[in-house]
Amino acid sequence: MTKSQRKLWTGLLIMALLTPLGIILPEIFNAGDAWGEWSTETLEKLVGYMPEGLQRLADLWKAPVTDYNFGGEGSSMTVQIMSYIASGLIGIAIIGLVIFLISRFTVKNGK
Amino acid sequence: MHIPDGYLGPQTYVPLFGASFVFLSVALRKLKKELATKHVPYLAMAAAFSFLIQMFNIPIPGGTTGHAVGAGIIALLLGPWTAVIAVSVVMIIQAVVFGDGGITAIGANCFNMAVAMPFVSYGVFKLINGSSRSQKRTSIAAFLSGYAGITVSALLTGIEFGIQPLLAQGADGRPLYAPYPLEIALPAMVIEHLLLFSIIEGAVTMLLLRYFLKNEADVVYALKVREA
Repeated sequence: MTKSQRKLWTGLLIMALLTPLGIILPEIFNAGDAWGEWSTETLEKLVGYMPEGLQRLADLWKAPVTDYNFGGEGSSMTVQIMSYIASGLIGIAIIGLVIFLISRFTVKNGK
Repeated sequence: MHIPDGYLGPQTYVPLFGASFVFLSVALRKLKKELATKHVPYLAMAAAFSFLIQMFNIPIPGGTTGHAVGAGIIALLLGPWTAVIAVSVVMIIQAVVFGDGGITAIGANCFNMAVAMPFVSYGVFKLINGSSRSQKRTSIAAFLSGYAGITVSALLTGIEFGIQPLLAQGADGRPLYAPYPLEIALPAMVIEHLLLFSIIEGAVTMLLLRYFLKNEADVVYALKVREA
């Protein structure tokens, strides 16, 4: 790893440690979901009914770490913050693995 | 900007899977031709950067949240086709592992953020910067490239949400999927970006491009003089 690459990885690591700002600031400023990313319950409250097709597809997939939160809905801010940092690091690890696999299949030897 | 499962009907998500698949296939073929071992760490860092910056949700006080995507700066540093791969990998991991964006909407989310955004950003940068070597002009071009890229991405998302009520209604005439019509969905998505999130994306694009021009000018794809 070159010196400048080490610097960039350090920068990414610092970013990962700072990610909780992305849940703390919205909490402080009382900002809710991104537009169009409401849960089915919130949407039903917003429009007054549940679109049938949406209901059918909404729970198609149960993600292992839903919303970057290991504690599930209603967990304390501390759990959310720890989960968020862990999710960032897990994300980087999976990305590293996937890019490594892609490069194994694409990079020709000796290039 | 990550469309969840259920908000798009199959008339929308199936064609967008097709479109993203075509772009990703071409991108992988190009990568096979051009990628050298020394570039692999940059590809990984680019994807990691996009993943992390999307975790920084920015609040509109009392309203919604949004975030930068990083696809613009990746397109300028590594080229738009490499950005397609880096950001698509992020979109797929977000949906599968973290439930951020739906499984059925992976094609749509990839198209909006991993395909349209890098190409728009790259095109805007080239258009404004031209072959200029002025630092000021390059900075302005970089800001506008990020600003325009994510705004187009939001525009596409708004259109995809907004056409749902036109495409599919239940027996009672109510929308089957995303319920808000174009005249609500489109301005909702575009205005919040124009006024806040796109400015953040533009600033990130500009600051990082300046960093790389100063410290590692040789990795900046958009400013390479192509030798015939």
